[in-house]
Amino acid sequence: MTPDGNRAFPGLGLVKGLTVTLTTMFKTLFRPGKYLATVNYPKVKETPVPRARGVIALDQEACTVCMLCARNCPDWCIYIEGHKEEIPPDKPGGRVKVRAKLDRFDIDYALCMYCGICVEVCPFDALFWSPEYEYSEHHMGEMMHDMDRLQDWLKTVPEQPALEK
Amino acid sequence: MDFLTDLFANPWVALGGKVLLVAVMVPLLALLLGFAELKLSAKMQARVGPYFAGGRWGWAQLIADGVKFFQKEDLIPEDADRPVFKMAPILVLMSTVALLVVIPFGPDLVFQDLSIGVFYALAISSIGTIGVLMAGWSSANKYSLMGGLRAAGQLIAYELPLVLAVVGVVIMAGTMSLSGIVEAQANAPIPYFIPQALGFAIFMIATLAELTRIPFDMPIAESELVMGFVTEYSGFRFLFFFLAEYANMFTMSAIAVTLFLGGYWLPGIPESTLAYAGPLILAAKVFLLVFAMIWFRWTFPRFREDQLQALAWKWLIPLALVNIVATAAFKVIF
Repeated sequence: MTPDGNRAFPGLGLVKGLTVTLTTMFKTLFRPGKYLATVNYPKVKETPVPRARGVIALDQEACTVCMLCARNCPDWCIYIEGHKEEIPPDKPGGRVKVRAKLDRFDIDYALCMYCGICVEVCPFDALFWSPEYEYSEHHMGEMMHDMDRLQDWLKTVPEQPALEK
Repeated sequence: MDFLTDLFANPWVALGGKVLLVAVMVPLLALLLGFAELKLSAKMQARVGPYFAGGRWGWAQLIADGVKFFQKEDLIPEDADRPVFKMAPILVLMSTVALLVVIPFGPDLVFQDLSIGVFYALAISSIGTIGVLMAGWSSANKYSLMGGLRAAGQLIAYELPLVLAVVGVVIMAGTMSLSGIVEAQANAPIPYFIPQALGFAIFMIATLAELTRIPFDMPIAESELVMGFVTEYSGFRFLFFFLAEYANMFTMSAIAVTLFLGGYWLPGIPESTLAYAGPLILAAKVFLLVFAMIWFRWTFPRFREDQLQALAWKWLIPLALVNIVATAAFKVIF
């Protein structure tokens, strides 16, 4: 029985299946350029879509060490340390300003599950998704990206697509 | 050349040469068919497939895999029945090697022509089943045990149609020697796969089940049993199972070709040419059947256990019996 209730000839489904695989085989054998679904990866690379979740980039200037990302991270893979920095007053006799300074911002990509909650939760737009995906390492410890490396990823963040009207 | 002829006249040297040839042939055939499977499956799924090992077409992919397996640790589970666990893959591979002995590659090219060749082939092929059972039982793992039990149920069920399908050919040829069957086909007006079409179909289905290949891969069933009876195997013992699977594809197809498709014989080719073209003709016919096996594997989903048993007991065995009766009646009447 086919899904729409027609009684099919017995074994017809088997023949149909065999035809599909055989035609696909000949198509990919003779016209690989047209029918191949995958690419020959390290030699040929596909361009990821602009919103691909490859790696998380950090804008150090925008970060206020508010820790929202670290606290919302389900895997606890973000490590943040900071201290308060005093800025001298603009005018003599004015009040001393206090600013949070980022000392450490590490993301352990060996733990990260690419949920993107940190990017969503950041109130100061300091975290961005970058479509880069080639950062595997020989040792697991090297999957811990420090803030300078995260800052470097910022260069690969594509232009944000325009908002829908 | 005289020196070589003298050398091989010595029965010990001849025996050693034959053993060496079989020992080289089994892994070579397994590599060849394994590679064919990798590439063909890739094309059937519109993938690129292996491409890098060896520089071109990824021809060295399986050699690289083999080297990798040799580097791995030979793990044996603590609770395993050690001697049985170690023996099982060797037994499985041995049945394949022993099967190769009776296949005629040409008019005089056969390692040992036995007068009960068909009987020997079917008996030896079920030794592999014992190896599978041993592997499943000795691994001390529930997945292995389930796989082993399923393999036992399946291989017993499909051994019967396999044997019964062959009986039709034996009746037609009047001999159990595989070389004799090829000669009988060469002298017959039509090749055996036309009058024995039913037997051929039953034999091929049962062969797929005996090889535990998709759609009959319940004993291995990665998605539910991890890898069934091979779950606990690693390193070169796993490699043995792998080699046995692909070499078995060759030997079982070669037996099917010998029984139903005329073996090394092709109409219109003189006897003198057959002496050296025989192996090539046999290989070409075998590759056709192996291609069908690969094709089925990448097309069909797996049978459920009850469907699998129903197919054997309710359809294949009665049909095979009908085939025997019809063939025998035909032989008696004409």
